[in-house]
Amino acid sequence: MSHIKTINKANLKESAAKGGCGECQASCQSACKTSCTVANQKCEK
Amino acid sequence: MIHRYQQNGFSIVLDVHSGAVHVLDEMTYEITGLLEPPMQKECPTEVLEQLGPKYGSDKLEEAYGELYSLYEDGTLFSEDDYEQFSGKMVSSPVKAMCLHIAHDCNLRCEYCFAAKGDFGHGRKLMPLEVGKAAIDFLLENSGSRRNLELDFFGGEPLMNFDVVRQVVEYARSKEKAYNKNFRFTITTNGLLLDDGKIAFINKEMSNVVLSIDGRREVNDRLRVTPGGRGSYDVILPKYKKLVQTRGGKDYYVRGTFTRHNLDFTEDVYHLAQEGFDQISVEPVVSDPNLPYSIKEEDLPRVFEEYEKLAKRLLESKRRGEGFNFFHFMIDLDQGPCAIKRLRGCGCGNEYVAVTPEGDIYPCHQFVGMDGWKMGNVLDGTFDREEKARFAKANIYGKEGCRDCWAKFYCSGGCNANNQQYAGDILKPHTLSCELEKKRLECAIMMKAALAQDEM
Repeated sequence: MSHIKTINKANLKESAAKGGCGECQASCQSACKTSCTVANQKCEK
Repeated sequence: MIHRYQQNGFSIVLDVHSGAVHVLDEMTYEITGLLEPPMQKECPTEVLEQLGPKYGSDKLEEAYGELYSLYEDGTLFSEDDYEQFSGKMVSSPVKAMCLHIAHDCNLRCEYCFAAKGDFGHGRKLMPLEVGKAAIDFLLENSGSRRNLELDFFGGEPLMNFDVVRQVVEYARSKEKAYNKNFRFTITTNGLLLDDGKIAFINKEMSNVVLSIDGRREVNDRLRVTPGGRGSYDVILPKYKKLVQTRGGKDYYVRGTFTRHNLDFTEDVYHLAQEGFDQISVEPVVSDPNLPYSIKEEDLPRVFEEYEKLAKRLLESKRRGEGFNFFHFMIDLDQGPCAIKRLRGCGCGNEYVAVTPEGDIYPCHQFVGMDGWKMGNVLDGTFDREEKARFAKANIYGKEGCRDCWAKFYCSGGCNANNQQYAGDILKPHTLSCELEKKRLECAIMMKAALAQDEM
């Protein structure tokens, strides 16, 4: 493509089908404790 | 749904439901402003009429063809088919706990959400027996979850460090029999750190949060002792020693910015220049009538500052001098699964807080709020109906989240802030939403810029 660059794998839908194991860190706990950002977390799988 | 924005010379389109991030040239970006799904194979006449004089029909049709191929691949205007999962949000095992080891503090930070350390219910240290009962509660309520998180919190947890040590020892003694792995963290203001505590923390804690607001004058304006003295000169050398002897394990220096330092980029860079490479500086969340609170009218200034920080950090990274700024960290490929993103924080469901009295609350921010006590670890009570209500709190039930482009990145925000400032856990605190969206735009822009560098 000459007009568009896609910079990631766009696998959110795939992750829904395989996800939900619950082993990843509680998001608030992940350092900040007063605000919520989830997308910075790591998947444990 | 798409979200399109321009920042720092980049034209970016986020396809919300696939998670795809596209960087476009100016012409193609303008086309996306005229599109509505479903897309047709032929370039719409509206696009040709409006943009034809500027770009010519051949180029427009070529760019439209590329957009259409993304649409066919499911990475542009992709469908929202996640709501089916929201109906399956049931009660989870409890696997994370905030242990309020001390409802007392040796600082009197002006902006403290914990009412200067005692959460409004008197100064008290957690007895060991309560700490052990809290560990037992976690072991018994965590089901098949193997990784258990326990944060020592306060007030100031170092004021009750003997109990911290004994609770860690007790939990470790149970790991094998229960097939669990405890991940301990501690959040401290640093005043009472000494070599012994640093060694213990670096051995046992998988993460440490070290509170400091940045420049000396910024920190010492609000982070003061009961006698009114600033804390900066005492804590900085201790933090440096802790980090230098930590052996690469996780930590954050963590500051709060307020209306008094909307030039917080300087505080972030001050911490970086002092040698820290894991930095979190966050907006105060407080009653808008207080003098230090960030108000609606401050948002344009804060947005400008976030953009400034993003540009500066990008340049630092390109020179190989970067550091992690917590709120610009985003994983666009291997981040949490969509199921996790539907309900985010997990408070009151998989995450609870326990007070020195053994009372259970949905999270540390709810402690001290009347009517939110869920039980007690000493008498074995635990309100499972309330737990089930928290389990169902997800982005498809929260006001405005369903149609928000940022829903899979913030996951409905902080339930406690929603309750405190919007009156309902399901009503987002809109000021926090606006800040979150700006940070996400900055974070994605930085990813786009770094990806372009590699192409």
